[in-house]
Formats: sequence, structure tokens, C-alpha cells
Amino acid sequence: MATFHFELVSPEKLLFSGEVDAVVAPGAEGVFTVLKDHAPVMTVLKPGVVEIDAAGNKEKLFVRGGFADVGLGGFTILAEYAIPVAELDAAKLDADIKNASEDVADAKGDEARRIAAEKLAQLQELKTALAL
Amino acid sequence: MPSLKDLRNRISSVKATQKITKAMQMVAAAKLRRAQAAAEAARPYAERIEKVLANLAGGVSTGAPVLLSGNGRDETHLLVVATAERGLCGAFNSSIVRLAREHIQRLQGQGKTVKILCVGKKGYDQLRRNYEKNIIELVELRGVRQIGFDQGDAIGRKVIDLFERGEFDVATLFFSRFKSVIQQFPTALQLIPAQISANENEAAAGGALATYEYEPGQDEILATLLPRNISVQIFRALLENAASEQGARMSAMDNATRNAGDMIKKQTTLYNRSRQAIITKELIEIISGAEAL
Repeated sequence: MATFHFELVSPEKLLFSGEVDAVVAPGAEGVFTVLKDHAPVMTVLKPGVVEIDAAGNKEKLFVRGGFADVGLGGFTILAEYAIPVAELDAAKLDADIKNASEDVADAKGDEARRIAAEKLAQLQELKTALAL
Repeated sequence: MPSLKDLRNRISSVKATQKITKAMQMVAAAKLRRAQAAAEAARPYAERIEKVLANLAGGVSTGAPVLLSGNGRDETHLLVVATAERGLCGAFNSSIVRLAREHIQRLQGQGKTVKILCVGKKGYDQLRRNYEKNIIELVELRGVRQIGFDQGDAIGRKVIDLFERGEFDVATLFFSRFKSVIQQFPTALQLIPAQISANENEAAAGGALATYEYEPGQDEILATLLPRNISVQIFRALLENAASEQGARMSAMDNATRNAGDMIKKQTTLYNRSRQAIITKELIEIISGAEAL
């Protein structure tokens, strides 16, 4: 299978960089898979799991929102926060959910509240999906 | 002429000081390595986000978000002054403060209102002397061992919140850029309106960005990306600052250790000379006493 260059960076460090076969990313408007020669796309990510397939080695990382930038040079994810799923546990996710619900309570204006509520719902959904 | 006992006391106290400065230098060296690694690890993200922003900003001509284009006024300036929490690091804190102070004087000379947000206690202490009423807040990072993105993000949110409430029109960030252990440059960086023009032309020339598809829309992405960029810039500045602080402390303590060494050498010579002089004097007394018999 043809490979392309993929990078996953969080503000604190470069988490993944290398040639991969496919990457599944949780886009704000639906989960999408990127293969080689994908059309250039820029999208917002929602909290979810990024699946990297590099020559059969599958890696799963949890991201807490971010941006995906599929360009001619490769695919880059700018994650707000990312850790391998194996290291993710219910306590961490619960802390995120608690933060998100505080955001909902604090949000000023309808638009901000809607965005915060959406994020909360996404996190809760993720929690059930991962069965934590 | 100090007595031998005085000299001995002085030498031992300088030696004790030298031990402390030496230890501080070594601690700073170890921390510097960590801080430098953190600053380097943060670089890819900042570079990518800049590139993406340049791509996006090149495409937006009208109706750009206020964070990018500014709110059209230039009356109230917010100065985010990031310094260290601790002293004993040479001119590190004062050079940042000096740059900020020059900036404040220029702005006040032009009749603009200045507001200051201090990050780090040392800068606050120095600025408080002249500009107490301009300081709106102090963010302390004393308890933070390793600066994480959350700290940068918290300050970024604060700045954006103030901007949205119309508290200021232009925001500038002051910090020290790390070049090497002996070179740190105090730097002023404009946060709002965002300055990303450097890459813009280059990106526009690339031409490839026209074919991008945006999901949801270009404006929505830009609207979420811009606040993020501010947090990233602040986070990066904090990391650079941390590395600069340790670098400055390392060289300051290295100097102090060397000075202490020089002082010990001088005092020891003086001590030995006076000891010998006393012995000679006693001998002369004994001999002349014996001759008198």
C-alpha cells in the first residue's frame, strides 16, 4: 500500500512523525480516513480517537480536539492535547468531562454555550464508546 | 590591618558563598537542559500553526475576524510582560522590564492608555514602582514546576476575554528569546491584531492553497484557530523565557563562583603574608631579647 507522510503534534511535543498507510481522524463533521493523495482538506477535529496504520502497526491516540490539515506534502494533525489510548483511563476522561461541564455553566452567550455543550456531549459519547 | 582571625572568618564565609553559587549554577544547568528540550519540543506545533494560519489568512480578504484584523482602534494597549519568578539570574528580569518600560513611555508619550498584565513576580515587583495603577493583573507561576500548555492557554484565554470585553485594542507580549546560555534577547511580540504577514506572501505565491477544501467553513476554522494561536504564542514565550532564565542564571552564577574564587585567592595570600609577618616579628623579638642578655 502506498504511504504518505503523517505528523501528529501537540503544543508540548511531536507525538508521531513518519510514513503511514492510512489515518482515521475524528472530524467535526464526521470521522474520515485519509489515504495517499487525498485532496487538500482543512478541518476541525472533535475529541476522539486517531487511528494510525503504519505498515500494519496500528496505533491509537486520543485527541482532545484540534485541527487536521491534509496538504500536498502530507497530513498534519495539530492536536490540542493527545495521549495514546492505552494510557487513557476513566479518571482522565472524567476530569475532561468535568471541565467541559464547567465550561457549559460558565459560558456567556448562546453561541458559546452551544459550543461548550457540544464538546461535553462529544466527550460523553466517547466515554461510552471506549467503554471506560 | 585585619587580624588573622578576621581573615580566617572572611575566607570561610566566601568559601561558603562559593559553594552556594556553584550549586545554583549546576542546578541551573540541569534545568536549562530540560527547559531547552521543552522549548524545542514545542517548536513543530508553533511552526505548523503559523503555516496553517498563513494559508488561511491569505485567502480571507474581507470580514476577517477581529483577532486578525484588530478592532480598528489604537487607543488602549495591553502589555503582557512575562518574567521569572525568582531573582539571581543576572540582568534577565531587568532587561525585559526595561524593554517594556521603554514601550510604555513611548505609548504614553503618544497619549495612549496602557494596561499591564504581569506574568511572573519579578517583573511585577519592578514595574509596580512606577506603573502600579496600570497593572491590571499578576499571574504567578511560582508553583508550576514544568510549564505546560494549560498555563499558556489560561493566560491566552484571559487576554482574549479582555479583548472581547473591549478592555484594550492592541496586545503586545514581552519575553526573552533564548539564543544561547550567554545570549538572550528581550523581545516584543504583537499578539492582537495577529501578525502573520511574513509568511503570507510566500503562501499566496505557492498557489496550492486555493484548492483546499474547508470543513466546516474557512471562517469557522479561522475563528477557532486564532485564539489557539495566541495561546500557543504565549506558551512558546513562557518556554523561551524559562530557558532564558536558566541560561542567564547559569552564567550569572558562573561569574559569581569565579569572583568568589578570586576573592579567596586574594584573602589567602593576605592571610599567609600577615601570618609570616607575625612569625618574623616574634623571632626578631626573641633574638633581640637573647642578645640583650
